[in-house]
Amino acid sequence: MNNQGTFMMPPAESTLAHEVDALYYFIYYVSLFFFVLIVACSLYFVLRFRRKGKQVERTPDISHNTFLEILWTVVPTVILAIIFVWGFRGYLKLTIVPKDALQIKVTGQRWFWSFDYPEGVNSLNDMVVPVGKPIALLMSSQDVIHSFFVPAFRIKQDVLPNRYTQAWFEAKNVGEYDLLCAEFCGTQHSSMLGKVRVVSTQDYNRWLEEAVGSLGAGMPLKDLGEKLYTSKQCFTCHSLDGTKIQGPSFKGRFGSEAVFTDGSKRTVDENYLRESILNPQAKVVAGYLPVMPTYQSLLKEREVDALVEFIKSLKP
Amino acid sequence: MYDKALPQPNYLSEPKGLKSWLLTTDHKRIGLMYFAAIMGAFILGGIFAMLIRIELISPSKVMMGADAYNQVFTLHGAIMIFLFIIPSIPAALGNLILPLMLGAKDVAFPRLNLCSWYIYVFGALFAVYSMFANAVDTGWTFYTPYSSETGTAVISMALAVFILGFSSIFTGLNFIVTIHKLRAPGLTWYKLPLFVWAIYATGILQVMATPVIGITMVLLVLERVAGIGIFDPAMGGDPVLFQHFFWFYSHPAVYIMILPGMGIISELITAFSRKKIFGYKAIAYSSLAIAFISFLVWGHHMFVSGQSRFAAMIFSFLTFFVAVPSAIKVFNWMATLYKGSISFATPMLYALSFLFLFAIGGLTGVFLGALAVDVHLHDTYFVVAHFHYVMMGGTVVALLGGIHYWWPKVFGRMYSEVWGKVCAALVFIGFNVTFLPQFVMGSQGMPRRYYTYPEQYQAMHLFSTIGSWILGVGFLIMTIYLLHSVFKGRIVGKNPWGALTLEWETTSPPSPHNFEATPEVTHGPYDYDKIVVEPT
Repeated sequence: MNNQGTFMMPPAESTLAHEVDALYYFIYYVSLFFFVLIVACSLYFVLRFRRKGKQVERTPDISHNTFLEILWTVVPTVILAIIFVWGFRGYLKLTIVPKDALQIKVTGQRWFWSFDYPEGVNSLNDMVVPVGKPIALLMSSQDVIHSFFVPAFRIKQDVLPNRYTQAWFEAKNVGEYDLLCAEFCGTQHSSMLGKVRVVSTQDYNRWLEEAVGSLGAGMPLKDLGEKLYTSKQCFTCHSLDGTKIQGPSFKGRFGSEAVFTDGSKRTVDENYLRESILNPQAKVVAGYLPVMPTYQSLLKEREVDALVEFIKSLKP
Repeated sequence: MYDKALPQPNYLSEPKGLKSWLLTTDHKRIGLMYFAAIMGAFILGGIFAMLIRIELISPSKVMMGADAYNQVFTLHGAIMIFLFIIPSIPAALGNLILPLMLGAKDVAFPRLNLCSWYIYVFGALFAVYSMFANAVDTGWTFYTPYSSETGTAVISMALAVFILGFSSIFTGLNFIVTIHKLRAPGLTWYKLPLFVWAIYATGILQVMATPVIGITMVLLVLERVAGIGIFDPAMGGDPVLFQHFFWFYSHPAVYIMILPGMGIISELITAFSRKKIFGYKAIAYSSLAIAFISFLVWGHHMFVSGQSRFAAMIFSFLTFFVAVPSAIKVFNWMATLYKGSISFATPMLYALSFLFLFAIGGLTGVFLGALAVDVHLHDTYFVVAHFHYVMMGGTVVALLGGIHYWWPKVFGRMYSEVWGKVCAALVFIGFNVTFLPQFVMGSQGMPRRYYTYPEQYQAMHLFSTIGSWILGVGFLIMTIYLLHSVFKGRIVGKNPWGALTLEWETTSPPSPHNFEATPEVTHGPYDYDKIVVEPT
């Protein structure tokens, strides 16, 4: 990463970022020119024509100047027309997805991002993409509106619950870039952060192979569950050492007795764990908020089994 | 030459008693009651603003949790927009001054006028209830489906907006009719002060746009209460439809906020440079042009919300179109200064601040109208800074200028000029320190409505917070010297600024019926080339 960005703009890391910045700086300098003009003229006039003494005087009747009035109507109109056309052309480039792009399905959910690759791989908050290849994003939300925003790529697109929206980018350099949610979505809106990890094609293929491998075939369920505990972000809310975070710790959870917000109780068994993963709001443990999202569409059958086995293995 | 006592009877002293105020139909008293109410709202919204800025000093928790923060920024926005800035200039200064400017005894419908104040108070109570009953946390924009689902008091705030809308519609309607029917003899349309033209254009927007937000809020409430699926996709609705409805009102509402401010600036610049306005008709008609075009640009709030590229193109084009009349106004004000006799009294300092700040607010709007650039800047602090430069740097600064300008007319007494100047400077400096850094962090990618943020933005957040303290001190001192002047200020005559509009021809404060006899208008509002009036 040799690109540090400028004072106003973050590093320009997508193929189109420089075009956006060029227009940004064009408007910036045009605005600066007019701003200085307005301030300088006003300052000059108020100082040059400031009232001296108490004497009330008549002032000249200067209420029209056809040349000036046409000038300051036409010049801004022309400049704005240029900016309009420039901005629209850039917008078309930003929004029309190239045909040969690699498609990743993006799902926004309170409060994380989920990415599904054509190979069947899924990752959370960690989007790995090959450098120098157009990436198409087909996006939808599981709940409220989110917005997919990567400042370094100059792309932003709302992610809606009832329809697909699209965006695309092509990263220029290997590196890690912030992914932010830009549409207010509730309590942890500002923590709905992810990373776009741009890697070389070889690294991408290797990552993909590994990820496909860890889809589980041949791996013992408990080991797969342990892997999923990290890759599916369980650890952000559930500890393994008994610490209380957003949710109950997994340590010694299996076989213990859970008390729920409605006062009812039940022993933690396989069916309870399964329900809590797929339909977490069904029973909420007393002392915790109902903040866990459903993993219904994010886990395969074998992965649910694996997580259950993993939690079972964590003795008190 | 100054009178030692206020002229009697005046509208402040006669008739007496609380009942005479609560049941008054006098536009000046209603204006003052509005003034008190909106200032209360401004203080409340301002306290929430200070809380936001304190919390953002550091990316980690300073004094409140994420949910409380979300409620605080929502209340700041909702209160400032719906309870303060929309009614501020038209309902308070418009009521106080507009009939005087027209040489009228009152507005066209005095009882409707009082009614709209009570509706405002009734609506405000719903908003206050929402504050205490698990305060709303949706942002002032109430975007669905978040607002259809969240457990906070959305319904009472939505009803507040619905009710406040009627207050706004009635005020607008009242002023439109008043301007048409109650002008003094000789006061033709082209002799109207530009403040009147601005209030007229605003009135059209209030009457035509406000019903849309009212209906939208009712639909939102129905969705939440009766489960009628209009916006929530879980019930078969369309969340983007809400955004269309919302901005169909809320973009014109931006001009409900700024047009009256522009009207005040035309008054201030002419009065304090004692100069005929440059391009009277251009300014008057650009107000109407802005009002008209403002109905056709709502989609520029939705460039990344999934609307079609074709729609985005149309909305971007029209957005640039609305920039031209605003630019023309700025150039006209500048040209008015040329060869004037310019005084630096407090109201003029605000007018000059306005030129500076509104220029920044307007020019940064050009970035956001440009489609490709807006994709990056949308929903970042750049937008936050932009609309604060327009709404606060524009409207609020104009309001402060107007308050200082008409203060001696309304109360018959003058505030401390020294403290006035000090506070004008504090507001100007504090405002820029608060909001200039937000352009930078927004361009760098800092999204709005963030409780925590990446550490790289902390320095600019700190700057911004310090600016808010300077602003706070400015407003505090201003409150003190203005209140002090109501009781102890120097008594002034009819026309302390030597201005030519009609409100300066009656006593300060005016008698209950405004003028001794209906004035005959023989000169234009800015005929400083022909007439010389000694300040009294």
